[in-house]
Amino acid sequence: MIEREYAYYAGCSLEGTASSYDRSIRAILKDLGVVIKEPVDWSCCGSTPAHAMDHVLAGALAARNLAIVERMETATLTTPCPSCLSAFKKARAKILTDKSFKDEVNQLLDDPYEGTVKAKSTLQVIYEDVGLDAVVAKVTTILPDLKAACYYGCILSRPPRLAAFDDPENPVSMDRLLAACGIEVRDFAFKTECCGAAFGVPKREMVLRLTHKVLNMVQDCGANCVVVACPLCQQNLDLRQAQVNRAMGSSFSLPVLYFSQVLGLAFGYSPVELGLDKHIVSVDRLIRSRSPKGTEETASPAKSAARKNAARGAEETNRERERIASVVKET
Amino acid sequence: METVRLASDTLNDFAAEVSQATGQDVVRCYQCGNCTAGCPYTEFFDYPVSQIMRMIQTGQREKVLNSKALWLCATCETCSTRCPCEIDVADVMDGLRNIAYREKRFTEKDIRTFYESFLTSLKNHGRIFELEIIARYNLKSGHLLTDADLGPKVMKQLHFTPKRIKGRDKVARIVKKFMEKK
Repeated sequence: MIEREYAYYAGCSLEGTASSYDRSIRAILKDLGVVIKEPVDWSCCGSTPAHAMDHVLAGALAARNLAIVERMETATLTTPCPSCLSAFKKARAKILTDKSFKDEVNQLLDDPYEGTVKAKSTLQVIYEDVGLDAVVAKVTTILPDLKAACYYGCILSRPPRLAAFDDPENPVSMDRLLAACGIEVRDFAFKTECCGAAFGVPKREMVLRLTHKVLNMVQDCGANCVVVACPLCQQNLDLRQAQVNRAMGSSFSLPVLYFSQVLGLAFGYSPVELGLDKHIVSVDRLIRSRSPKGTEETASPAKSAARKNAARGAEETNRERERIASVVKET
Repeated sequence: METVRLASDTLNDFAAEVSQATGQDVVRCYQCGNCTAGCPYTEFFDYPVSQIMRMIQTGQREKVLNSKALWLCATCETCSTRCPCEIDVADVMDGLRNIAYREKRFTEKDIRTFYESFLTSLKNHGRIFELEIIARYNLKSGHLLTDADLGPKVMKQLHFTPKRIKGRDKVARIVKKFMEKK
């Protein structure tokens, strides 16, 4: 049986500047029948600063949360944030393979982590455990004006041995989820190029250059918005877009949405319910034309093409799921 | 061209030290250059990542641990994904940062200040309080106006009070215990 109950670790960003990600994830998970329980008194995963400084410190900060979940009788922790995800996956992998590392980490904790609970991104939960058919069944609204570039960022599917999800060079999970909702998805070459990550504050020029490259490619591929799964990518692309324009002489005006917000719109939620009013570059002009599903029957060939895309996406996903299952079995 | 005096500038067991610290077999690198080709940060590095790997093999400990590249690496995992020798190159860079940090080699002071501002916030509340990190960073780094232009925009996203957890003393103890070990 496919799991439908998870420990939900939002992470610090989703309590702060990325609260719209949290709000939209909670909304769509409810619609999709996924039960989430919040680990009591969870703490920060440690993120980049902890692992840069010391691996045992990083391991302990991550493992404290995994240990809490171990005591919840829930097998899997899910988090929408790729940085938290990576911290948990790295801590678990090292604890399972390195006994002295495990001992060092557990010495720092009140309750030890044994390595049973594993972490999974919320995108993976929706794409693999819930599945495209269940997503399609919840679609009530069509969004004919969105042309999306799905931007996965660095660490959602990489490195492949650790991430064990989607393709490391050409991930497709978000593309297919959106296509399943009838949304036009553009071929985008920079799906996993780095946006500059956590260096926005101490090394702003570097981040602006890297983010500029990503936005440039979004525009070149004919998309009119970026769809992301990472709070840091969202922040660099959206909040810093005006800084990019000033520094690089560009004039981008590309809304940056979380995939959960796009799904939420397709499920019929209002922009405010999904926290879209919190974003800097407004998406209003692209979603004004949304209308109830079913009213598009008489509409343009473009829309029927989008529906065909959705059907093809579902088929390919089933094949992909079988492939992943066989790979997992082998390893 | 720069001359490296193998007798005085190198340390033969540095490769072993890095392998020990990271669990990665750095000797396997045969300089294909795939990591550097894909690295989004090469243009900002003083030494490209493939060169760092070679310098580890030839034992150039000082130069590697004092390089800016260590701190400018964002662990984006492109190198680790593409290495044909299956070396987790990003993990090697991370391990080198750990050593450099222990030895107080801070060649990128602003990045260090940012990381420490982050961990201080973590220690204070158990979770991150974004406003506090940027305020502390601006004070400690002396760049008082960093991202001040974002102020009006980010208002609607920021939270103005920290989320304090009950177990924050336990989290603080982890961070402190680690700091005492140094």
